[in-house]
Amino acid sequence: MSVETHDEVHRHPAPTGFIRKYIFSIDHKVIGIQYIVLALAAVLVGMTMSVLMRMNLSWPGTSWPILATLFPAGAPGGVMNPEFYLSLVTMHGTIMVFFVLTTAPQGGFGNYFLPIQIGADDMAFPYLNMLSFWVTLVGFIVILAAIFFSGSPSTIGPIGGWTGYAPLSALGAIAGPGQGMGMNLWIISIAIFCVGSLLGALNFITTLLNMRTRGMSLMRMPLTCWAWFTTAVLALLSFPVLLGAGILLLLDRVAGTSFFIPGGLYVGGLLSGQDARFPLHTGGSPILWQHLFWFFGHPEVYIAILPGMGATSHILATFARKPVFGYRAMVFAIFAIGLLGFFVWGHHMFISGMSPYSAVAFSIITLSIGVPSAVKTFNWLGTLWGGKIRFTTPMLFAIGFVSLFVAGGITGLILGQTSLDLSSHDTYIVLAHFHLVMGVAAIFGMFAGIYFWFPKMFGRMMNERLGQFHFWITFIGVYSIFVPMHVMGLVGMPRRYAQFTEYEFLKSLHPLVVFVSIAAIVTAVVQIVFYFNLVWSIFKGKKAGDNPWEATTLEWTTPSPPPHDNFAGRAPTVYRGPYEYAVPGAANDFLMQTDPEGVVEPAGSEGITGNGHNGHRH
Amino acid sequence: MATTVTGTRTKVGQGLGGPGPRGPNGNGSHKRNGGGDLFSGYSAASRYRVGTWVMIASVSMFFTALSSAYIVRAASATDWRPIAMPRILWLSTALILLSSVTIEAARRKLKGLFQSGYFKWLLITGALGIGFLSSQLLAWQQLRHQGVFLSSNPHSSFFYLLTAMHGLHLLGGLLALLYLLFRTRSRVDDVVAEARRQARADAVGIYWHFMDGLWIYLFLLLFLWRSQ
Amino acid sequence: MGRALAVIIWILTFLSVLIFACKKWWFPPSIVNHGPALDRQFMITILVVGFAFTAAQVGLGYMLWKYRDTNTGARAVYTHGSNKLEVLWTVITAAIFVGLAVMGQSVWASLRLNEAPPGSFQVEVVAQQFQWNFHYAGKDVLFGRTDPKLIDDSSLNFLGLDETDPNAKDDSVVTALAVPVNRPVELILRSKDVIHSFWVPQLRFKQDLVPGMAIRVHFTPNTVGKYELACAELCGQLHFKMKSYMLVLPEDEHKALVALPQAEFQARMKELLDKYPLPNY
Repeated sequence: MSVETHDEVHRHPAPTGFIRKYIFSIDHKVIGIQYIVLALAAVLVGMTMSVLMRMNLSWPGTSWPILATLFPAGAPGGVMNPEFYLSLVTMHGTIMVFFVLTTAPQGGFGNYFLPIQIGADDMAFPYLNMLSFWVTLVGFIVILAAIFFSGSPSTIGPIGGWTGYAPLSALGAIAGPGQGMGMNLWIISIAIFCVGSLLGALNFITTLLNMRTRGMSLMRMPLTCWAWFTTAVLALLSFPVLLGAGILLLLDRVAGTSFFIPGGLYVGGLLSGQDARFPLHTGGSPILWQHLFWFFGHPEVYIAILPGMGATSHILATFARKPVFGYRAMVFAIFAIGLLGFFVWGHHMFISGMSPYSAVAFSIITLSIGVPSAVKTFNWLGTLWGGKIRFTTPMLFAIGFVSLFVAGGITGLILGQTSLDLSSHDTYIVLAHFHLVMGVAAIFGMFAGIYFWFPKMFGRMMNERLGQFHFWITFIGVYSIFVPMHVMGLVGMPRRYAQFTEYEFLKSLHPLVVFVSIAAIVTAVVQIVFYFNLVWSIFKGKKAGDNPWEATTLEWTTPSPPPHDNFAGRAPTVYRGPYEYAVPGAANDFLMQTDPEGVVEPAGSEGITGNGHNGHRH
Repeated sequence: MATTVTGTRTKVGQGLGGPGPRGPNGNGSHKRNGGGDLFSGYSAASRYRVGTWVMIASVSMFFTALSSAYIVRAASATDWRPIAMPRILWLSTALILLSSVTIEAARRKLKGLFQSGYFKWLLITGALGIGFLSSQLLAWQQLRHQGVFLSSNPHSSFFYLLTAMHGLHLLGGLLALLYLLFRTRSRVDDVVAEARRQARADAVGIYWHFMDGLWIYLFLLLFLWRSQ
Repeated sequence: MGRALAVIIWILTFLSVLIFACKKWWFPPSIVNHGPALDRQFMITILVVGFAFTAAQVGLGYMLWKYRDTNTGARAVYTHGSNKLEVLWTVITAAIFVGLAVMGQSVWASLRLNEAPPGSFQVEVVAQQFQWNFHYAGKDVLFGRTDPKLIDDSSLNFLGLDETDPNAKDDSVVTALAVPVNRPVELILRSKDVIHSFWVPQLRFKQDLVPGMAIRVHFTPNTVGKYELACAELCGQLHFKMKSYMLVLPEDEHKALVALPQAEFQARMKELLDKYPLPNY
């Protein structure tokens, strides 16, 4: 026994050199920070692109001298051309979805805090963990390369949208600008990213199943752990499908196969069957790509949002000084969302030419997935109810998450209905819906996480005043950006239009378009405050103790930042659930998970609303 | 040692199944948490097995995606012209089936008192694996001579793709075997290292059997499903 | 702070509801028979959505206002939840959401599960990168054979219409859509290159045009006029310019139009496009 223990605690000794410590580190904490830094860099790129897009949409034809300098091909004379705009659309979507929304919440915070929260000294496979980060980084470098090696001089990258619908994406350069080398690199980047995510997911699942410390039963895990675990399962089962689809698409482009390319095409003056740039065959199915893509794509939405849900539950409980309301229901809801998430991909394809009968089934399952989402919202409100809410910056962002999740998620009731999707599909209401729910809400989850865990990661507090300023502007800003987009969608404004100048029926929307752009630019600029706060606080922030928020879970039992093996060789023992706040009779208003039994045995907790543990025993 | 492993298993089972009696104080089971054993919940051994199963789930999804593409493509097309099966695939199949037997033999040897045969059986398994891959390459060679290439028709595209992807995954298995072979050289003194070695061998064994089963599945899919 | 946040959330909620409720930006009036049913379903849904959105945000604000920490030293309520509540709200939301989903299928069924009524006016819509082509069958109501091999952009034969086919003699291919009012219309949607999507906001539906497939949709327009037709699926560089018009014509005017041979059809179409103004947006 003692031999193994010895072996386990010192599975890998603390590194000494700079490179092993900070660059090629196998410490999950360093890897987590590396992921977060990657996402912080990627989000800057993606956000800048969205600002450029808004500029083009609201002031089309305006000459921006700086663009002429930076992108002489994409914006000749400073005026953006349509293919430049579309490549911005594509790269913004791809970078945000993969390298921000999938990277930071899971790879970043998950890596850093999952092992600590379950009382482990590291991930199950530390070398694999290091590998998954570096693979992901290579993917990011390749996607940036796609911008510069697009294969046609007039664009900055592929222009197929982040969904890369075949055959536009499969035909190669004959399908127009932006379909050349840049598209190949786009696919390769995504394939690399898939591999990195799969390695990560493998590690997360094994770690959680196998490395929980003594007393850490599954139902005593913080909800963050449940969220990361479910996310890892979703990633594990959905990324292989995208990887497979990507390989098929790449073969269609470079090897003359015909998985997604039908026959009888006439593209750019060239006829399939008569030109060597087409495959020889006639039976490829463009819809097959959509099925494969969305089989991945829909779980991906939950990959982005679930960690934010976990962090929000965690933070709401901490600052409401209350146990999470309906812990067990929350766990079931996460599971239900994860499970149903695999059976709703068809709602992206109602008008794709898919069987209208299967559309009916997809529609009903899609609206069912709103039920666990609503249950989560009710439980968040329940957690706040009767609390003693402390409005710290992380709490503000967690509350913002709830508000935005409701605002964004609820329009799913419209889009998920087959008949209403007929007019809503591919309009700005879709844009508004998914940006609010999987974009902005997920980002608010990340902000909440950063402000909350920063003291643990760096031993210093972030500046509250700057944090609150950041919250207020961002919160009002994102509402101003995305709510008007809903009514644009009602009027019928289609997505992925480089300009709205061609259509009379869109003219009345121009004031809204300009308003949204201004709101977007203001919101983007305010993020500088966040970056400044982040960097400044690492060096100059107020010193944080081990447990600055008076929280209960295991990460707050170790020093800030935690030592190399998290618990200095002494594994914690867990005695209770994760959110024991306001326990009657206890000395403090919070009981750490490690506080031994006998600190308090509250009397009569059964009498209070609920029954002390979720009431499933009634 | 043994208690450690059992302890972990119980915990997992408990979380997923019905939890034990709950205390008044929080969620989940309220079992006795005696002692302060260092990281006693861990088990190096089961980590490798769990990891392997998780990996298998993922690889299965990958091939499920490709198979469903295969089935959709085969059903929707008028241009589906199945290729004739290269006879040498029977040899591949025999080799990989045999290798499953030999890796099992190696694992048994490791469990037994006398581990001398372990290295030998691993070596044989590796050789059979290389034999399988060579046989697959020969099959490609034969097809190429017949003028059947990746882009020749949808069925040949899938044939090359699926065999290549399976081969790549098997190559990963071969690397793992190589790793095991290297580790047989190092002395094993204590029970922990012993358990870990067993676990690694188990993990590779599970993966190898999976590769075997996967090949049989692909073989059937490629030459029974719409092969006429 | 708690009160400030509550107020901000309430204001944002109010403004969000207002931007819908003011109806300044709304669907253009429908011009199809299935429109009212669809609009009704939309109104029901948007009311449910609006109510749920408002209730959740107002509730959230209320919690923040009421339960902010006021430094009284008292502790929060110690509860882990309530089973009854969980069951209650799960059942209620499930009933509402699934109910909406089921209700939402009726228009879908009438449009997509049912075939076009017999005697529908048929037009073949063939999209290509950044242009719409409409193939009219002419007097014989039979479409001439088309073959991609015969496509010849220089002679404006964009569809590859086979001139030797007797059915093709009276066919016309023009770049705008003309359909009769108050008669079922069936569109046969095809694409020459990549995926496009047929989108006339007043028709209240979209449908992708997928290369390699011929997808049929049907509807019955009921208001004469000229409407903009847009592409709603990213199809490449000039996606945003892939525009055409749909004319809904009185029965006799339409009948006269589609009986014309190609060249006169084209000219007459131009006149009609000038004759009818766009709706007032």
